[in-house]
Amino acid sequence: MHIPDAPRQDSLYFTYPVFPFTRPVEMDGERPLHDVVIVGGGPVGLVTAIELARHGVRAVVLESKSSVSDGSRALAFSRRSQEIMHGLGITTRVQAKALSWTEGRSFYRDKIIFRLSMPRSAEERFGPMINLQQCYLEKFLVERIADADLAELRWCNQVTGATQTADKVTISLDTPEGAYQLDARYVIAADGARSALRETFGLRMSGASHEGVYLIADIKIDSALPTERHAWFDPPSNPGATMLMHKQPDGLWRVDYQLREDQDPEVELQPERIKARIQSHLDLIGETAPWELEMSSLYKAHCICLDDYRHGRVLFAGDAAHLVPIFGVRGLNSGIADANNLAWKMASVLSGGSADRLLDSYSAERRPATLEIFEQATKSTAFMTPPSRGYRLLRDAALSLALSQPWAGELANPRQSQPYDYADSPLNAETDDDAVFTAGPRTGAPLADARLTDGNHLLDHIGPGPTLLGFGLDKQGPDLDWPGVKWPGVKRLAVSRSAAPAPDTLADPHGHLFERFGATEDCCYLIRPDGHVAGRWRTYDPGVVEAALQRLFAA
Amino acid sequence: MNTPSSLSFEDLERVYALLAETIDGLGPEREALFLSKLTLVLAQALGDFETVTRAMDTARRDLD
Ligand SMILES: Cc1cc2nc3c(=O)[nH]c(=O)nc-3n(C[C@H](O)[C@H](O)[C@H](O)COP(=O)(O)OP(=O)(O)OC[C@H]3O[C@@H](n4cnc5c(N)ncnc54)[C@H](O)[C@@H]3O)c2cc1C
Repeated sequence: MHIPDAPRQDSLYFTYPVFPFTRPVEMDGERPLHDVVIVGGGPVGLVTAIELARHGVRAVVLESKSSVSDGSRALAFSRRSQEIMHGLGITTRVQAKALSWTEGRSFYRDKIIFRLSMPRSAEERFGPMINLQQCYLEKFLVERIADADLAELRWCNQVTGATQTADKVTISLDTPEGAYQLDARYVIAADGARSALRETFGLRMSGASHEGVYLIADIKIDSALPTERHAWFDPPSNPGATMLMHKQPDGLWRVDYQLREDQDPEVELQPERIKARIQSHLDLIGETAPWELEMSSLYKAHCICLDDYRHGRVLFAGDAAHLVPIFGVRGLNSGIADANNLAWKMASVLSGGSADRLLDSYSAERRPATLEIFEQATKSTAFMTPPSRGYRLLRDAALSLALSQPWAGELANPRQSQPYDYADSPLNAETDDDAVFTAGPRTGAPLADARLTDGNHLLDHIGPGPTLLGFGLDKQGPDLDWPGVKWPGVKRLAVSRSAAPAPDTLADPHGHLFERFGATEDCCYLIRPDGHVAGRWRTYDPGVVEAALQRLFAA
Repeated sequence: MNTPSSLSFEDLERVYALLAETIDGLGPEREALFLSKLTLVLAQALGDFETVTRAMDTARRDLD
């Protein structure tokens, strides 16, 4: 029997909901074959469930706990993640709670050496970064699923094993009322860093683990400091190591500091010790308000992932597929991108519109994205925690120079996560004019947002299926425009130079969109259901676009 | 020190990593000699006494 621990009730800011166990049909003698079952109701599993619902698939989500994430965990969400969340229908809830930020400062000892500044443009609906505790994000996702009945959430359901054959996966579970089994055509493993499914199938993650142990603590303090990322190297409050501070909603702050090799993690975790160290840092920055400790834990940076995110009928996403260092807000943002990439492909395969091999492209696109994160994260981590004498000397030289030389301060840039372009994807159009364009998102990149004359945003008009964005194509009259694309569910969206164009056409009287997308008359962009560009052409040729759609959908 | 001929950020990063790894490969007892030789080689390549002395002043700042 599996009875999950009750969620904590002594949080200083968050009331943990408790979700009851409900008896599944399988425990009363039925044995339906589910289309897709998601293991893990963490952020990645929940985002995947809503994405699937957008594409018409109702998933079953199996979650061993009876509540949301224990604590704040992943904190910072990129613009790309906010855009994906917008598509999920949780923007109002998220933006009402989250804190938006654009600036950061890095200090060496107590002097500033680097200013991070992320531009915020009127073209985009969202700012570059928000902070929101993971427990809130999960709560909003669960509310969204419940409000619109988008998926079947099975709480207190712990997966204990799985087997697969050529046409289905059988999962074994334990619950408060005993064990049962269920069958699914496909399974999405979003069961986190200690993935039970990875274990069951004997799959190993490989890569490198970095030196350095960090202590993460959340404190509640009424501070007047702005919402910025602050980092200190070798501050008097933590000599020889680093210190990070990030503001969260509800008056919480994340404090993250490195432990030196001569410091015993078990000793450092004692509340008195944590309180003393944080107090000395608050003294350093002149913070006098009283504060309380909400939580603390230890953290080590890994760069490890599975060799293939697909194992037969099981697809791995989020922390179950890859573990990346959290610096530069990479952890969960890449898991959200996994969900966004996988869901439409899964939906298309389940509906019979695509061959099963479309699912291979999930790993072919997302694993290189992980490897790029490893490369960036390895550089930031080597600066935060130099792995050798040589790197330490260079890091210390850079910090010392940075006090007088701004160019050296650049080396302390935390390299915030960037969306990954699927530039080498097998799904990109075989022949397009990408190289000829001088502006606009390149083939493989996510479509850039743009502000429309009516004050709305371009991204609101894209999807949920494939979208064909045609520039000036409406001018040819109702019979001539857009001939020939007969793909099911393709949305055709024309950008018109006319100020009052036909319905389903975007007005661009000043040529603003033309310019932003490097477009000329008759030019078109094919946009994937996940918002990435599949191909772009100087002239619209329905046959060429049909061929690109066929390739995109593995039809 | 940001002269028109300064390195791009990408190249600066490459030099950073290459130097770190070279120092690791040589071991601590050879690192001072190597860095001194490197400075002389770079000064020779730069071919300008004034620039070298200004660079030395910059490097001498904030040593403790
Ligand atoms: C202390 C801490 C601090 C962090 N800080 C940051 C940060 O600042 N920034 C950042 O980007 N990331 C951070 N992370 C990482 C971030 O939390 C993860 O990247 C993120 O949670 C991954 O989401 P996920 O859905 O893939 O996995 P998880 O959030 O781990 O969700 C997996 C879910 O699967 C469930 N599950 C597991 N096994 C089973 C089973 N056998 N049966 C059924 N259900 C199961 C779990 O209960 C859980 O709900 C932090 C993590 C920790 C622990």
